[in-house]
Amino acid sequence: MEIQQYNFIFLYQETAALTKRLFIQLKRRPSTFFAGILQPIIWLFLFGALFANAPKDFLPGVDSYGNFLGAGLIVFTAFSGALNSGLPLMFDREFGFLNRLLVAPLASRLSIVLSSFFYITILSFVQSLAIMFISFLLGYGFPNIYGLGVVFATLILLVLFVTSISLCLAFVLPGHIELIALIFVVNLPLLFASTALAPISFMPSWLGWLASFNPLTFAIEPIRIAYSSNFNLDLIALNAPYGDLTCRNCISLLFLLTILSLVIIRPLLNKKLT
Amino acid sequence: MNQIKIQNLSKDYFDVKALKKININITEGSLFGILGPNGAGKTTLLRTLATLISPDEGTIKINNIDVIKEPRKIRELIGYVAQEIALDKILTGRELLDFQADLYHIDQSNKLERIELLINQLDMQNWIDRKCGTYSGGMKRRIDLAAGLLHLPKVLILDEPTVGLDIESRNIIWGLLNDLKKDGMTIILSSHYLDEIDKLADTVVIINDGKIIDQGNPTQLKNKFGGDRIILKVREFSDSLESEKVKKILEKIDGISQIVINASQGYSLNFIADRDKDLITKLKVELAFSKFKIFSLSQSQPSLDDVYLQATGKTLQDAELYMTGKRDLKKESKQSMR
Ligand SMILES: Nc1ncnc2c1ncn2[C@@H]1O[C@H](COP(=O)(O)OP(=O)(O)O)[C@@H](O)[C@H]1O
Ligand SMILES: [Mg+2]
Repeated sequence: MEIQQYNFIFLYQETAALTKRLFIQLKRRPSTFFAGILQPIIWLFLFGALFANAPKDFLPGVDSYGNFLGAGLIVFTAFSGALNSGLPLMFDREFGFLNRLLVAPLASRLSIVLSSFFYITILSFVQSLAIMFISFLLGYGFPNIYGLGVVFATLILLVLFVTSISLCLAFVLPGHIELIALIFVVNLPLLFASTALAPISFMPSWLGWLASFNPLTFAIEPIRIAYSSNFNLDLIALNAPYGDLTCRNCISLLFLLTILSLVIIRPLLNKKLT
Repeated sequence: MNQIKIQNLSKDYFDVKALKKININITEGSLFGILGPNGAGKTTLLRTLATLISPDEGTIKINNIDVIKEPRKIRELIGYVAQEIALDKILTGRELLDFQADLYHIDQSNKLERIELLINQLDMQNWIDRKCGTYSGGMKRRIDLAAGLLHLPKVLILDEPTVGLDIESRNIIWGLLNDLKKDGMTIILSSHYLDEIDKLADTVVIINDGKIIDQGNPTQLKNKFGGDRIILKVREFSDSLESEKVKKILEKIDGISQIVINASQGYSLNFIADRDKDLITKLKVELAFSKFKIFSLSQSQPSLDDVYLQATGKTLQDAELYMTGKRDLKKESKQSMR
C-alpha cells in the first residue's frame, strides 16, 4: 500500500463506499447470513441433545454440554465468515470489477482490505449476538459486561487474523473454485482439531498438542471463560500439554498471531495492489 | 499541444508480442482513434495507458506526468471504460454511480448533480434504478461510460465502446462523445469499425500485430491514394496463378498503382486507379487482349480499410473474421487477472 499524501477524508469516503457495497449485497442476498446463524444453532441443539444424558460432571466447570459448546460455535461462526471473506474479492477479480477499483485514484488501496474487515467484523458480531441470545433462551447463560468485552475483543482479533489470510488467498489462488475448495478443506478439520467440541483432556495426546496450537482454541477458551460468573482475565483457560494458559495468555497469543499474519501478508498485498 | 506522449512502448505476454515499440502523440482536446482488428494490441495499449499493466519497455506521459512512476496522479486525470464491462449485478445503476463517485472522492453536493446530469445525457432515466444484472448490452455500456465520466476526466479512454450495440445506444454515445469533444475533453477510442473512426476521429492510428501501420488525419490518409479504389475479379473464384498474371498486366497500365491480391476474397485484385475516365476502358482493352474476361469490377472512394489492406494484404473485416475463435479469451482474462 503506497503510503502517500494520505488523505483521511478520502480514505474514509472510499472505505465507506466499499463497505456499503458489501452490505447492499448482503441485504439483497441474505441467505448466507442467515445460514451462518442457523447452522450453529442447529448444532447447538443437536449436540446438546446428543450429550444430554452424559454424566453430570463429565465436563469441568460447566453444567451441560450445550453450555460448553456455545463458545466453540460462536468462534466457529466468526471463523467461517472470515474465512469466506476472500470470496467477494475473488469474484471481483474474476469478473474484472477489481479493475474498476484499480484504475480509481484511491487514497490507499488499504481501503479494499479495510472494508472487508469492517464488513466481516460487524457481520460476525451480529451473528454471534444472535447465537448468544438463542443459547441464553436455551438456558445456557449470558456473559456479564466484562465477559462481553472479552468476547468481542477476541472475535475482532480472530476475524482480523483470518480475514487477512483469506484476502491474501483470494489474490494468490487462480480462481474461486480453488478458494472454495481450500475453505472446504480447512474449515471443519480446524474446528475438530480445536477445543470447540471437547476439552483437551478428552483428546489423545497428539490431538491435544494440535488443539493447543490451534488459533481457534485461543479464541474459544477466553470466550468460554467469559461465560463464568467469577470471570477475570487471569483465570486458567487452557490446560495445554506445554503448560497452563490464562485467558490473558490466550488473547495475547491471538494478538501476536494477528500481527504476524498482517506483517507476512503485507508485501503480497502491496505487490498485488500497486 | 501534445498532451499524451507514448514512446517506444512494448509489451509481451510470454511469447506473444502484443505491442512493438509504439510511438504516439495525442493532441489535447482531440478525438484520437485507434483502428485495428481483433488481436492488434488495442486493449493492451489502452490498459497500459490506464495504469492497469506496466509495459516491458518505453514511457507514457500524460500532462507530463509519467504513467508508470506516478499512477495515482494519472488515475485522477483519466476516465477508463474497459472493453469488458464489469458491473455489480446486484447494485442498481444509480448505486453503482454513487459507489464510483466515492472512489473518485467527489464531494456529496457535486455527486448528486453529476449523477443526474449523466443520467440525462445518456438517457438512462427509465432504468437507472433497476439492478445492473437486468441491463441489456447497450444499457451496460451507457452506465459504464457514465461511471467513467463522473469525475470529469481530462482524458477519456474508451475500448471498443460501441461493439455489438443497438443503434439507439450507439447514437447516444456518439452524440455524447461529440459534445465532450466540444467541451475540450481528450478522447481516445479504439475500434475495429471503420465508420466509427472515420466519423468521430480527428486523428487515427491504424495498428496491426502490435505495430503502427499508419497515422494521421482520416481524410489525409484516404487522399494519399489520390484515386479510386477498384476491386476487380476476372472470375468469381480465381486462383493465385491467374491473379498474378492479371497483376502483371495491370502493372503495365499507367495510372494504376498499389495492386494487392486479396486471397480471402476469391483472389480479387484491389488497386487504386487515377480519376481518369479513359482508364477503365484502357483496362478492359488490355485484359481482353490477354483473353481475360471481367467478372466484376467495383469502384469506390478509398476508405481507411484501404490503408489497412495496402499494408497487410487483408481487409480489416477479414482480419477480424480470421481472429474470431482463435483467441482463448478465458485463458487471457485469467492471465491478466490482477
Ligand atoms: N493476458 C494475455 N495473455 C496472453 N496473451 C494475451 C493476453 N492479452 C492479450 N494477449 C494477446 O496479445 C495480443 C493483443 O491483444 P489485445 O491487446 O487484446 O488486442 P485487441 O484489443 O486489439 O484485440 C493478442 O494476440 C492477444 O491474443
Ligand atoms: Mg481489445
